Amino acid sequence: MPILEGQGVTKYFGGLAAVSDIDFHVDQGEIVGLIGPNGAGKTTLFGLISAAHVPKPGVIKFKGENITGLKPHQICRQGLARTFQSVKIFPNMPVISNVALGVHFGNSGQVTSSQAAEKAAKLLEFVGLLEMAATPAKDLTLVNQKLVEVARALATNPEVLLLDEIMAGLNSTEIALAMELVSKIRSQGITIFMIEHVMKAIMSVCDRIMVLHHGKKIAEGTPQEIATSKKVIEVYLGE
Amino acid sequence: MLVTILDIVIAGLLLGGLYAIIAMGLSLQYGVARVLNISHGEFIMLGAVSTWTLYTVLGINPLLSLVVCGPIAFVLGFILHRTLYKRLMVTSATAGIFEGNSMLASFGLLFIVQNLALIAWGSDIKGYSYLAFPVDLGGALFGANRLVTLGFALLIGISFYIFLTQTRTGKAIRAAAQDPSTAGLLGVNINFVLALCFGLGAALAASAGMLISMSYPVHTVMGMEYTVIAIIVVVLGGLGSIPGSFVGGLILGLIGSIVTYFDPGLALVAYYVIFTFLLLIKPTGLMGK
Amino acid sequence: MNKLPSISNNFQVRGIVLLIGLIILFTLPFYTPIYTSIFLSAIFMYIVLTSSWAMFSGPTGQISLATAAFFGVGIYIAATLGNKMPLPVLVLIGGLGSAGLALLVGSLTLRLKGVYFTIFTFGLLELMKFLLLWFEITFTGTRGRFVVVVDYKTVYFIMLVILVLTLLTSYLIRRSKYGLALQGIGEQEEAAEHIGINVTLLKVATFGISAFFMGATGAVMATRWTYVDPYIAFNMNYSFTPVLMAIFGGLGQFFGPILGAIIFAYLEEILITQFPYYYMLLFGIVMVVSVLYLPNGLAGLVQKWRSREAGGEHAHS
Repeated sequence: MPILEGQGVTKYFGGLAAVSDIDFHVDQGEIVGLIGPNGAGKTTLFGLISAAHVPKPGVIKFKGENITGLKPHQICRQGLARTFQSVKIFPNMPVISNVALGVHFGNSGQVTSSQAAEKAAKLLEFVGLLEMAATPAKDLTLVNQKLVEVARALATNPEVLLLDEIMAGLNSTEIALAMELVSKIRSQGITIFMIEHVMKAIMSVCDRIMVLHHGKKIAEGTPQEIATSKKVIEVYLGE
Repeated sequence: MLVTILDIVIAGLLLGGLYAIIAMGLSLQYGVARVLNISHGEFIMLGAVSTWTLYTVLGINPLLSLVVCGPIAFVLGFILHRTLYKRLMVTSATAGIFEGNSMLASFGLLFIVQNLALIAWGSDIKGYSYLAFPVDLGGALFGANRLVTLGFALLIGISFYIFLTQTRTGKAIRAAAQDPSTAGLLGVNINFVLALCFGLGAALAASAGMLISMSYPVHTVMGMEYTVIAIIVVVLGGLGSIPGSFVGGLILGLIGSIVTYFDPGLALVAYYVIFTFLLLIKPTGLMGK
Repeated sequence: MNKLPSISNNFQVRGIVLLIGLIILFTLPFYTPIYTSIFLSAIFMYIVLTSSWAMFSGPTGQISLATAAFFGVGIYIAATLGNKMPLPVLVLIGGLGSAGLALLVGSLTLRLKGVYFTIFTFGLLELMKFLLLWFEITFTGTRGRFVVVVDYKTVYFIMLVILVLTLLTSYLIRRSKYGLALQGIGEQEEAAEHIGINVTLLKVATFGISAFFMGATGAVMATRWTYVDPYIAFNMNYSFTPVLMAIFGGLGQFFGPILGAIIFAYLEEILITQFPYYYMLLFGIVMVVSVLYLPNGLAGLVQKWRSREAGGEHAHS
């Protein structure tokens, strides 16, 4: 049974279908990539999974349970976390507090302040930001802010992590580090579903890739299959 | 029966015309400059009190004092924006923060203006009589002053509409209301337009004050109740829509007239209930974006 | 880690100072003239209104103008039930009544964004006023009520207790994960929701708690006015004043709103009888200056000065 799956997921905004009748699944331990041209519906799909929006119609299941219609905080507490395309850190809080909040309210049950601080520090170390712990998050570079978001998401103790274009705006060194981080996260036992535009990264790090176009899923397969798929090439070259 | 309905409708339009003018000024300030000016009513009060002073002390015809008070209010509003609100625009990190801060600053302004007025004019209720003779319209009697008010409201409303749609400055204002950054790219001097709108809003407030003073008593603390009505009308018509506040004003006036017919004490309650429902169900109002 | 002993000493010193202060305050009526107790009661009232306002509106950034509504509910409950129950019970009912109203109203409207929420809370105040007025005139036939007179010492003690409870609650919330969560909600609500914070519940609960203290204060201070009607009980000034006091004092620090309240309450007591207009004028000017030039209020200035003195190594409060 896939750890995360969706059937017939659809969402209209006004008269326009942002996503239309999408079936998808992610198995435990996988890193699945989600690609597609701008406006294909990728972030919308993530929004539907994390309950920022409600699919209409469509069903989303997490660990076999129907999570459609739950609120975002409930979904987080079940073990599903996400990052955002436009970084949504808490700017005026020190970095460590950003992460500690995730520990307190995520999927870890009741935690004391010192336990939360400890776990937050460990996570900051994991992403390489420990020296910035006391810095207000708004004073960090974009890369580091993205890392804070990742650490915060990890702080909620997720089983599945949705990463929304974490590599956007990164240079090639930073991209390589990000790829390494993604693998590190997977080796902690966390399943990853990631939206990306940086093709090189997606192709090398993902086990499987889904391609969206105009809100519909047009292809799915291994990076090899996707790289050679005529349909996909058309969609990207034709744009 | 018909006479009663006519009665109510005309009374509603009279009230509504006034409300429309009051709200249009606030709508300009919020719709374009994004300043929720809680001190709006105080400018109305200033208009009213100045008109009273000019009439009782210098014998100047209220309608004429508009020519003096309007421009002065405009200049005041313009300067206020250039100094106060523009600085807030610079220091506020986001649009949301700016709206909050400018509202708070307007708060402070409210206290400043109201209390300066209290110091200058005292707190007793004043009034004067001008055009107070009754006019017979289809069997019902209406004060000539109120009819003149309606006439002026329509005049101001229509000229304003023409200004917005036919002149270049007016179109710049509408562009700025829609999308300030793009308007800036298209060569609109955004800062000037914003200050202009604020000034125009103040001028409209002062005009409304003049009209009010003709038919109602004048009091240095009268401002708040009109600010409240202006806010209700602006929300009803849709925050950001200037024609919306005109229409909203007329509608609220009609509602007020109808409710007053059944139970005068419930008019304000009705306004607030509508207001509350609006905010909960359709905060964008009738014509808002 | 050689900072630890000095920090715990610091806490001990602070604790002792606090205790002494409390003892002085509690015994004050016994050795000072009547006027002092009455004067201090008013100052306590403003501190409570300002702190409880800041409890919710500070971290979340949603400016509520309903303070006077919750305060007024407390006043009205005391005026209506005054001769039927002892004061402490009235205070409790006043607090619970206001909290109930806040929970109801909050659950419906806390999702309104920015100015919409503020306008709504302002409308609520007016709605309560006119609704009650209409109700009184239509059904009970009276426009106003006479408040049962309570002796000044009782008022002082109850007000002091409410003050201590309010500040304690405010401090505990601020220091807890909920305080941090509220700040998160204020800075980036969507993200807060997605890391497991039940935003609606937390906002509504905090709003309710703050209203409780406002209502309790209203119930005990009702005796300040021998006669109340909806206009007197639901007075806009009690919505505006706490906002000014908190912003001038500074929302970033715990003692900010307290400082602002003390300064302005003191000014009010001195100026209000002789120079009411000048007092309010000063109010307005300070408000504008604070918004323009003192984004972190007086407390922010104090904090800056402090950290400069400590060589910039001062830990974040």
